[in-house]
Amino acid sequence: MAERLFIFKRFERFWHWSQAVLIVVMMLTGFEVHGFYTLFGFGDAAVYHTTAAWSLLTIWAFAVVWQFTTGEWRQYIPSLRNVDVMFFYYLFGIFTGASSPFHKSATQKHNPLQRLAYLAFLSFMSPIVWISGLLYLFYPQWPAWGVDNLLALEWIALFHTFGAFLVLWFFIVHVYLALSGPVAHLKAMITGWEDVE
Amino acid sequence: MLSISRAAIAAWTVGAALICASAFSATSPQPAGAVASSADPAAASGVPFNAATSAEFRKGASTADHSRFRELDKEFKSGPEVTKACLSCHNEAARQVQHTKHWTWDVVNPENKKRLGKKNVINNYCTSPISNEKDCMACHVGYGWKDGNFDFSSEENVDCLVCHDTTATYRKLPGDAGHPVYERKEFPPHSGKFVEAADLKKIAQRIGKSGRSNCGACHFYGAGGDGTKHGDLSSALKKPGKYLDVHMNAEGLNFTCTKCHQTSGHQVAGSRYQLPAAEKGAAHIRGKADAAPEACQACHGNTPHSGRLSLLNDHTARVACQTCHIPEFARDPIGTEMSWDWSTATKMGPDGKPVVTKDSAGRRAFDTKKGTFVWDSYVIPEYVWFNGKFDYKAVGDKIDPAQVVKINRPEGSPAGDDSRIWPMKVHTGKQAYDKVNNTLIVAHTAGEDDTALWHNFDWVKAIGAGMKAAGLPFSGEYGFVSTEMRWPIAHMVAPKEDALNCIQCHSPDGRMKNIGGVYLPGRDAKPWFDWGAGVLSVLIFLGVLIHGGIRYISTRKGV
Repeated sequence: MAERLFIFKRFERFWHWSQAVLIVVMMLTGFEVHGFYTLFGFGDAAVYHTTAAWSLLTIWAFAVVWQFTTGEWRQYIPSLRNVDVMFFYYLFGIFTGASSPFHKSATQKHNPLQRLAYLAFLSFMSPIVWISGLLYLFYPQWPAWGVDNLLALEWIALFHTFGAFLVLWFFIVHVYLALSGPVAHLKAMITGWEDVE
Repeated sequence: MLSISRAAIAAWTVGAALICASAFSATSPQPAGAVASSADPAAASGVPFNAATSAEFRKGASTADHSRFRELDKEFKSGPEVTKACLSCHNEAARQVQHTKHWTWDVVNPENKKRLGKKNVINNYCTSPISNEKDCMACHVGYGWKDGNFDFSSEENVDCLVCHDTTATYRKLPGDAGHPVYERKEFPPHSGKFVEAADLKKIAQRIGKSGRSNCGACHFYGAGGDGTKHGDLSSALKKPGKYLDVHMNAEGLNFTCTKCHQTSGHQVAGSRYQLPAAEKGAAHIRGKADAAPEACQACHGNTPHSGRLSLLNDHTARVACQTCHIPEFARDPIGTEMSWDWSTATKMGPDGKPVVTKDSAGRRAFDTKKGTFVWDSYVIPEYVWFNGKFDYKAVGDKIDPAQVVKINRPEGSPAGDDSRIWPMKVHTGKQAYDKVNNTLIVAHTAGEDDTALWHNFDWVKAIGAGMKAAGLPFSGEYGFVSTEMRWPIAHMVAPKEDALNCIQCHSPDGRMKNIGGVYLPGRDAKPWFDWGAGVLSVLIFLGVLIHGGIRYISTRKGV
């Protein structure tokens, strides 16, 4: 018997997709500024990259408040329970056509692997990108802040590029796994409702 | 009722027409009225003035009409006579001029007390004025500096006219030790062209503020020809278009030299010996003591870009304005000299006589007197860290003939914030040096006497006479050494549309190729990191493809 569950609230969906668009824009422009290819032109790429950065930071500010006021932050509490089950599912079960061992609910939106992955995204990859990115952005202020002799733009830039690659890798796997599951998962991210068997 | 309103409309229409007509009649006497009035700050700021009489007075005209002064109503025989007349009213003027390097040609570096100035340094063109004063002092603001015995305290020897002539008829020729042309004279010699004697009375009666032609008479023609020396100064700046110089654009802002090189008590702001290379902070407010009015920052501040372009302000802590806004120098067919090789001087033509040849653009290419020249136009500068100071070779300094001798070496480094990345003209060449003493030499080049290089074509005699005049030893043995001299580029500021593009620097082979000490996005990626991360990215992508492939195949079988 089919059941409809309301999984992703309106703000959550808005956060997800605006973040998705902005991260894609920042990857495209960031890697151009880094010198990998020419797409928008260096100047435009730099301007878009900076604008997207400030936009995403603004959305993040709202998201952080939202996570804590709604208690949704609990979705990211890590646990090793059933991580192995999920892991073996992706390694073997998924090839046999077995359905996912994880059953989504409004209080358990993410499977144990997802929890770990998203927590890593929020607490490790993002800080690397943001801290290095903001230092990069405020490079002209370094002398005024007195950090001129402590930091080298060369290493900040390397750190930032490292963060960018982490995001790229996350992006590849995330998009693949999202497409590998039932269409219902994707629909839930768009409408908020998921049809559960 | 209807007729009353009609009458009102009629009256209003007539009145409006009158106002329009009077407005047009007020501007119509001025040729090119629209352009002139928009460029006129007095008109733009709404200063009330009588339109009917405005045509009688030039903008910035003096409060004194010098043609009505009795002191100037006489036939002057010489420059010094004019100066005496000037000083009878402007009684501090000569002493002011005598405190400038325009007069002394002598500058002391405040840091190491080294004596610089044209009198003491060697340049990479004509080398040194010592023993050649009669020619070189055509560009001295004085009369009679013909050898080492010039009286620097003589007030009547100050040349007022060269900077204040407005008739463009006052010329000082090489050979006259700074005196103007008193009698009609063939110049250049044997050219069939004649320079008329200066009408000193007329010139004195029409003196005015220094204009572009006054400064340009020397600074456009340095090193003996139009555009030769600086690269960013030539006679093209007398009446440039916007393309060549946004500020001096004759149809636009129409700046004179002194708009930026503000002058007070005859002290002209701006010096190549102490250049404001890294000015900081906001634009200067009028009335505030202005340390460096000639710097771009004095008017534009350090954050001149706004809106979409404001990211560019991040550059001002590292990059001089000139670097992006003067993308090429000598942007005109006049061009500039890039090399002067003295080692080929004294070589005669096939007939055994001195020869002069020109390049395809009509610029000097070879001259038996001087050697071989290379010219160029639309030149891309070299970029260096520069703090505004040069380490100069002065007359008598030791050199290492095994290396290219840097006649002047720009100081500065990426460390700290006293330096910026500056565009430079690099002028190369070969100069004679003393093979035993390892010093650059002073040669007596100009003159009609037996020791003058350009008369007798004998290096040993010429060097002997030059070094004697300079009070330096000469071993009698000379050779030629490769030399380089750098000139900071600060004029010929292009319109913003022509400024450098990002990618011209932010790329591996861009203009900043040789600039170290700063991380440039787009140039300075670490290949080992990019390769590692790139390969890993491909592997991850392949991984999900393989995972997806197996999933596709296995689940299809399962169906």
